[in-house]
Amino acid sequence: MLKILRVIARSGLRSEPLPAPDADRLPDQRLHEDLRMLLGRALCIRQVDAGSCNGCELEIHALGNAYYNLEGAGIRFVASPRHADLLLVTGPVTRNMREALLRTYQATPPPRLVVAVGDCGCTGGIFGASYASCGAVANVLPVDASVPGCPPSPTAILQVIVDLVRARHR
Amino acid sequence: MDLAPVPGFTTARRQRLDANAWIDQLAQARAAGARLGALWASDARATEGVFRVCVVVQQSRALDWLELALPAGGPLDYPDISGLFPAAGRMQRAACDLLGVRATAADQRPWLRHAWPEGLFPLRADAAGTVGESPTGPYPFVSVAGDGVHEIPVGPVHAGIIEPGHFRFSVVGEKVLRLEERLGYVHKGIEKRFESFPATEGQRLAARVSGDSAAGFSWAYCMALEGLCGGEPPPRALYLRALALERERLANHLGDLGALGNDAGFAFGLSQFAHLKECLLRTNAEIYGHRYPMDEVVPGGVMHDLSSAAAGLVLRELDALTAQLARLDAIYTDHPGLQDRFVGAGRVSPELAARLGLAGLAGRASGQAFDLRTDCPAPPYDRLEVRMVTRNEGDVAARVAVRFEETRVAIELCRRLLHELPAGAIRVPLPAPRSDRPGLGLVEGWRGPLLVALEVAGDGRIARCRPQDPSWHNWPALEHAIIDNIVPDFPLINKSFNLAYSGHDL
Repeated sequence: MLKILRVIARSGLRSEPLPAPDADRLPDQRLHEDLRMLLGRALCIRQVDAGSCNGCELEIHALGNAYYNLEGAGIRFVASPRHADLLLVTGPVTRNMREALLRTYQATPPPRLVVAVGDCGCTGGIFGASYASCGAVANVLPVDASVPGCPPSPTAILQVIVDLVRARHR
Repeated sequence: MDLAPVPGFTTARRQRLDANAWIDQLAQARAAGARLGALWASDARATEGVFRVCVVVQQSRALDWLELALPAGGPLDYPDISGLFPAAGRMQRAACDLLGVRATAADQRPWLRHAWPEGLFPLRADAAGTVGESPTGPYPFVSVAGDGVHEIPVGPVHAGIIEPGHFRFSVVGEKVLRLEERLGYVHKGIEKRFESFPATEGQRLAARVSGDSAAGFSWAYCMALEGLCGGEPPPRALYLRALALERERLANHLGDLGALGNDAGFAFGLSQFAHLKECLLRTNAEIYGHRYPMDEVVPGGVMHDLSSAAAGLVLRELDALTAQLARLDAIYTDHPGLQDRFVGAGRVSPELAARLGLAGLAGRASGQAFDLRTDCPAPPYDRLEVRMVTRNEGDVAARVAVRFEETRVAIELCRRLLHELPAGAIRVPLPAPRSDRPGLGLVEGWRGPLLVALEVAGDGRIARCRPQDPSWHNWPALEHAIIDNIVPDFPLINKSFNLAYSGHDL
């Protein structure tokens, strides 16, 4: 136990402040407030891989590390779409995943937000549309915001989520 | 017998055989202990009026590429080899979905085709580019009957941040009697997509076959292409490629070690290893301009040079990582709760592993002593004397131990690569690739051997490219590993293999 505590102490606090919104650099606490106003609670995210190469998943995983302090901002990933406010979808949407993605969307209670993550989710990316791929997430679902990048950094993903929640609040 | 050298991976030889000789030779290879590298098919009707089925088998240093031609007008059946190499079963089903060549096997269920019409073979040259939806209907899973047996269907959308796939458990109480996997959900037509790329740009798509193996797959692709071009990257570029590959191994192993702790209820492990991984990724951003080595390996060399200041930064980071890794290893080893979950869970015995052809990291944790970097090292590994890590227990604990030890080996390798980094160019222009024969690239990625078979057309476009991830070999073994374990241990056991969905589904 002592060893574990020693390692924790040595690692120290790694959390960094949330990215400030693009337009108006308001303090981080405002996001928390906005989340509460909009949703009455924390923002719950359900991630759906609809066909990605798993690069975007690496960065979405990284969002959960101490540096980005996601839960500190009131954002958390949930296991069921029925508990989610926002779907974070990576793509391209494969034909084999189209139905599963649509069902996940239908299982998410409105008002629901959809964020397309990565170049493939935004445009179909390097894989494009084909016999096996429907291309961009927007070809299958209404998309509220997109995060380009291959893969986009955790900060970029967080930035778009923060901006989207704030824009919705206005 | 026509034994042609294969450009790229230097010890490969290609042979064209008829069906009898093909199966004989594969049976002999199996008896002699050969490992299956890959099985795929291609459409060579335009040039030779045939469909080809290709198999790569490896026996220590020797690689045999065995080709079987099926005349286009005749029956497109060929002898099933899944009795010899069990992992070939799904590869044969995939080849049937994509090209309509059928192995004479009992299992004729579609594998990758969930939603395109039967009779459409997308990898045939005359296949339409886009098609309408045509769901194939319910997939006939094998069911288990008996008192108290019930099924648990899981996926394709899982509870965590994980790629999609379907698992069908047949259980009694908590104990798993049988697991059947259904994959193919992230099939996005990568092999067809390759055919729209000029050969000089295919490494970008290869890097995205499985994003966690970007450096590995793009290197394997470039190795095949450079073989076809008859060019070789300068020594400095080869060292920098190995550095990118070993850093990719470090990042994935660190991530997995944290996730394995977390799946056994030890959140401390996740937060500590995620911290180490994040440091590594941030250093990547400084030296590559990108957190992942996505487009670092390019034909003829690498994208970015490494300044001596950057090398110093990496070396300092490695020192810090070494110290922290030792502390965490001691904590994992001494933690009774963690070891209780790890030891004995998801065991694949060395005998079973040999029979199934378990590859890469999971194979080495089950006594399958094979690592391309040690057994047939391509430059620069031929100068590095890579220490292979093996365990015989074959359980989650063994796969954790192999990851810890391979992380240490990768750190040593990175140090050595940086200290011995040759001077000179990082990229050379390549001559045009030859189109009269296929090339082969083979790289030991963090998960296991990554293979790329490449054919280039006369106009410089890719005629056929087959990337083969070791997940093809290891997914079937997971079905065995879970038997007699309890359902709640599945996430832990699955994570200990950490197989690719995208790299498999293509």
